[in-house]
Amino acid sequence: MSLAHRIIPCLDTDGERVVKGVNFVGLRDAGDPIALAARYNAEGADELVVLDIAASRDRRPTFLETIRRVAAELAIPLTAGGGIRTLEDGRAVVRAGADKVTVNTAAVDRPELISELSREFGAQAVVVAIDAKHAGDHWDVMVRGGRESASLDAIEWASMAVALGAGEILLTSVDRDGTQSGFDVALTAAISKAVTVPVIASGGAKSPKHFVEIFQDGAADAALAASIFHDELQSIRTLKEFLAAHGIEVRLPC
Amino acid sequence: MKVTILDYGAGNVPSVERALQRLGAQSHRTDSPECISNAAAMLLPGVGHYGALVRALDEKNLRAPLVDAINRGVPFLGICLGLQVLFKSSEEASQLQGLCLMPGIVSALPPNVKLPHMGWNQLKRKRESFLLAGIDAAAYFYFAHSYAALDSNAAAAATCSYGAEFAAIVEHKNIYAVQFHPEKSGAPGARVLQNFLRLAA
Repeated sequence: MSLAHRIIPCLDTDGERVVKGVNFVGLRDAGDPIALAARYNAEGADELVVLDIAASRDRRPTFLETIRRVAAELAIPLTAGGGIRTLEDGRAVVRAGADKVTVNTAAVDRPELISELSREFGAQAVVVAIDAKHAGDHWDVMVRGGRESASLDAIEWASMAVALGAGEILLTSVDRDGTQSGFDVALTAAISKAVTVPVIASGGAKSPKHFVEIFQDGAADAALAASIFHDELQSIRTLKEFLAAHGIEVRLPC
Repeated sequence: MKVTILDYGAGNVPSVERALQRLGAQSHRTDSPECISNAAAMLLPGVGHYGALVRALDEKNLRAPLVDAINRGVPFLGICLGLQVLFKSSEEASQLQGLCLMPGIVSALPPNVKLPHMGWNQLKRKRESFLLAGIDAAAYFYFAHSYAALDSNAAAAATCSYGAEFAAIVEHKNIYAVQFHPEKSGAPGARVLQNFLRLAA
């Protein structure tokens, strides 16, 4: 009996539709977020993440409506983000039905945002997303959709985010994202060891073996993936059965 | 049967409402002392900071009607912070006084594990539990917290272990409370809420 490792499907949306791309570029339509949310809820997903990767100001009401409709389908926790720049933005997604708020670029630009959200909603509701890219002897924090270096060391930034009130780190390997070549085990292990909060590994998942690796060697507390679930290359139920057979504690849906 | 949800201004009220709705139960939110005094069944959901909950109960003059209603035997379900506030106090805001309806205090989970305790965990049943009726012993429930009632395991109907053993379910007369989030815990969570609704039927 112990805390189960979590499997988290992620819906990258343009506010309204699920989209997908490789290394953050070349987006294409991948479905209806509400239908996918209902499917993952039934299949045994442990949580769901919904991101507005376009994050345009004018389309914000559309994204909030998407959150409301997705939340209505779920009996599991929901994390929402993309374009959260202020405490008021955070309040809007929580009011729309998100249990946790995720922040990325805006937190790098203005780290106090993490503390403001944490004071208002509690650390358990604040997920700091870090896009990390291998750069010689360390990992660089990337911002603005993975396009620009923030000239920050990912391990240092993760530790700082936790000190400011983050309750969880959503760690994406920019190098692996969309490549389906496996999670970045070294990156995840380094961050997981450096922080006192749970770490969600993201970027590069394809086969069930990749998930075994990230839990056993990467010390991840949760693993996130998008396209392999959307395209039905991998069912959550079979993935969890595979993990259980490899001695990894998971919550098997009944 | 109608459940009165104490809406103190923070917390996961919409998801609790949706979960009750799926079970066919009616609910209404309130922060009015009169509505609490007239409640047939009460639910106190809570996320965030212990201090924010206690301050809100006092600022909105909800403490006395809530304690009175519970003492009169009105069925009460506390979720997460709604469990923690039943005790005398919490290390999260040690200068504030809880509802003092249960003996013991709320403490920080030990730092030898990653905190918050976030995700799905199993329970250890300590005695017959009304809320767990019909639920598989191996079922998982969703937790998201850093503080817990560590010294009340003898009084708990079920405990959970994460760094330390803590009260996961409290059942005492008409007082029911859970440290996990039944509204976020899939089918077993829905069954916990349904079991509570049976009390108020």
